[in-house]
Amino acid sequence: MFHIYCPYCEEHREEEEFRPKGQAHIVRPKDPEACSDEEWGDYLFFRDNPRGIHHELWVHAVGCRKFFNVTRHTVTYEILETYKMGEQPRITAESLASGETQGNVQVAGGGQQTVSGSNAAVEAVKGEQA
Amino acid sequence: MSNAATFDTRTEANIPVESPLAYSYHRSGAPAPSAKSRVILRERPFLGHLVLRGGAIVLDEAVRAVLGFGLPARPNTLSQSEDGARSIQWLSPDEWLLIVPGGEEFELEGALRNALGDAHYAIVNVSGGQTLLELSGEKARELLMKSTPSDVHPEAFPVGKGVTAVFAKANLILRRPAENRWELVLRRSFADYCYRWLLDAGAEYAIGVEK
Repeated sequence: MFHIYCPYCEEHREEEEFRPKGQAHIVRPKDPEACSDEEWGDYLFFRDNPRGIHHELWVHAVGCRKFFNVTRHTVTYEILETYKMGEQPRITAESLASGETQGNVQVAGGGQQTVSGSNAAVEAVKGEQA
Repeated sequence: MSNAATFDTRTEANIPVESPLAYSYHRSGAPAPSAKSRVILRERPFLGHLVLRGGAIVLDEAVRAVLGFGLPARPNTLSQSEDGARSIQWLSPDEWLLIVPGGEEFELEGALRNALGDAHYAIVNVSGGQTLLELSGEKARELLMKSTPSDVHPEAFPVGKGVTAVFAKANLILRRPAENRWELVLRRSFADYCYRWLLDAGAEYAIGVEK
């Protein structure tokens, strides 16, 4: 069993509580009418199947029910980092190839609205994500 | 003031109400607590359950003004009134579960709606859909260890923590409001299954059901 770090619950939970939802960072074309059939088909049906680093969408189905991203190695199954929706991965196939391996595999904090946080700070984070 | 349509789900007419476990007591029985019982199960039916959704800061202000205590500041934690009768639990970054003594929830919902004004939020009265079970006794934690993959060791699960957890083959909300007391918030539809699971898993600790 995996222990997966949920970036919203801010703790490790059993794999049983999570569901994988496929490839992450798929952007819907802004103007579908202007897409060629090939572009639209790529968006709708075609997914990467890399040997190595893969960025995936997972959902904490039994816990907070939020979607988040996971960077996983498809050969070793190792989960290198988890990060919230709207954030970009720190570990990618390129960063590993260039030797910039991160010592810290789990990314936490930032962006979540808590009682102690301020509205302005939250808006600032939301702005960056948009 | 919001224009949401609200109504009191507790009627004034004298209609007998049944807890979600009424059928289970009848069908599966309820072993009486004895001197040998090392786990005690008690249902606290008919409490008021409200699910609050919205931004933490707006909701916190409203809840503080109406109830006198705020939302829990951290994920997976619980905040309670001083006497412990009312509690708010973090469920997700924009969702909280508010539990109050039965009968208070409708008035409270109105007061919260007044306090929240035009803010973007949702309040749903889920009192009829779930019930709360209390587990106490020296072997309560051991019983939970058999039932859920969540880590219930005191280091990982201190007093004041609450999580949504897998429990047997269902899921429920598990929380620890006091040192020796655990609370399970069950869906009505899972209540019979979980009750029978608890009786079975608690048989070796001579589980007793207080009614």
